Amino acid sequence: MRRPAKLVATGVVVEYWLARSESIFTAVDGVDLDVGDGEFVAIVGPSGCGKTTFLNAVDGLIPIAGGSLTLDGNELTGPGRDRAMVFQQPGLLPWRTVLGNVLFGVEAQGTMTKAEALARAKQQIEIVGLTGFEDAYPLELSGGMQQRVNLARALLTDPEMLLLDEPFAALDAQTREMMQLELLRIWNRSRKTALFITHDIKEAIYLADRVIVFTKRPGRVKCEIQVELARPRDLRVKRDSKFLAYEDQIWDSIQEEIVKPERLLAGMPA
Amino acid sequence: MTIKEIDRMIPATRGEASRRRERRSVVKPKRWKRYEAAIIGTGAVVLFLAVWQGVATANQTAKWMPPFFLPSPTETAEAFGKLFTDPRQNIWADLGTSGFEFATGYIGASIVGLALGIGMGWYTRFQYALDPFVNFLYATPRIVLVPLFIIWFGIDWQSKVAVIFLGALFPMIINTMAGVRNTDGALLRVARSFGAPETLVFQRVVLPGAVPFILTGLRLGVGHALTGVVVAELVAARHGVGKLISDFGVTFQTPKVFAAVIFIAGTGVVLTWLLQRIENRFQSWRPQIRS
Repeated sequence: MRRPAKLVATGVVVEYWLARSESIFTAVDGVDLDVGDGEFVAIVGPSGCGKTTFLNAVDGLIPIAGGSLTLDGNELTGPGRDRAMVFQQPGLLPWRTVLGNVLFGVEAQGTMTKAEALARAKQQIEIVGLTGFEDAYPLELSGGMQQRVNLARALLTDPEMLLLDEPFAALDAQTREMMQLELLRIWNRSRKTALFITHDIKEAIYLADRVIVFTKRPGRVKCEIQVELARPRDLRVKRDSKFLAYEDQIWDSIQEEIVKPERLLAGMPA
Repeated sequence: MTIKEIDRMIPATRGEASRRRERRSVVKPKRWKRYEAAIIGTGAVVLFLAVWQGVATANQTAKWMPPFFLPSPTETAEAFGKLFTDPRQNIWADLGTSGFEFATGYIGASIVGLALGIGMGWYTRFQYALDPFVNFLYATPRIVLVPLFIIWFGIDWQSKVAVIFLGALFPMIINTMAGVRNTDGALLRVARSFGAPETLVFQRVVLPGAVPFILTGLRLGVGHALTGVVVAELVAARHGVGKLISDFGVTFQTPKVFAAVIFIAGTGVVLTWLLQRIENRFQSWRPQIRS
């Protein structure tokens, strides 16, 4: 069953200008993918493959050098209200409380009245499980709690699409598993279209409806795996034989990419 | 801030529970441990005063040097009292003059310093344009400008205000600029991602982040401004605390010189302490650091 496409990327190219060597560096080279309405898609790939760069381009933080990106048919040229990002670094204002930080997203967009924002923020804080910490400062929170604030800030803007950039990468293993469970619980309420970047294969399979594997740099779509695991999923799914088969499949695919440079070197004259 | 204090600020674990950090030690600390710094500090000062008193008293009988070289702490304290009680001294007029010069120069420097610092931090090209002047004037001891200011503004308060203004201005510019520049890139990215307009980024992200730096600039400015007042008045003045010290000096009234120096130092300590308090107040969001 294919859902109507929400985000469509065709031949997306992202280039950086390297000041020191005065050369152009291609980070993403012709990415074609689409994300269906209400679909949770995860992108995995070897580190440095340009997956975060691609996500930044979708968010409008960096311009694309070629191809096109559309959301609901509208060309994406810069940041917009239809997307909200959950960052790898929580990026919380240290002088603001949890409540103040959750409000920052809608405040920046300037779309909601103060009273409405406040009421909804309190509700959102409850959803992400931070009730009782409204007046705490970010530096008093653990890494996992900071990421809950980061998530609440994005959700409060009620975007068409949620972008998540390795939000749990900096957390310890146990906290990360808990946060994955929490994310699915929260996501289940709204089933918002989501694009999730990670280097953790298990995390990708556990969360997503579809996993997209990127090639090594410059990033391209290597393959796609439809994850047919029933929702809601609890953490036990990770020991399911189907889950493990997906994991093997994706791992093999990524391994091919990681091994590439050695083959290249082996083929070169000594 | 010492390494130890920085170390204490860095969270040791990333557990799920809230971690309001508390000072820990392996053994139960002795009760006087809390007052250790105060006890040792006070002890050192008392010891210093005792040695000073001893040397000064011994000198009065042994006459190693003329007595006016080194007044004893008790003589200094007596002179200090007289400064404020002797009706012939009229110290309040001098204090008023110096206080007025200090306040005018310092407030002026705060306004201009913050405005220029923010401008230079926010607009790179503005910084490129002003950098040569700031570097040139900051590296120059502003005292060498006193003769010029006397020619331009006379020996009354105007030339003093000019010296104080220039003295306090640069630490304020440089710290404010550093504060604006120092904005966390991650925060800017978040703000941009949510489509925040520039003015909002400035008001709610850049400026609050720069506040600790700005306050440090204001605090450093106090020291420079005080130096400015005294030195400018020492060179040429009709009234003021610097002029007073100069008069006491040329008439060999060393106890009074000592008393006046201690008064100025005390003023500096009190003003700096006040600003430090304000700085701490603005940093309540940081994990508690004990000084």
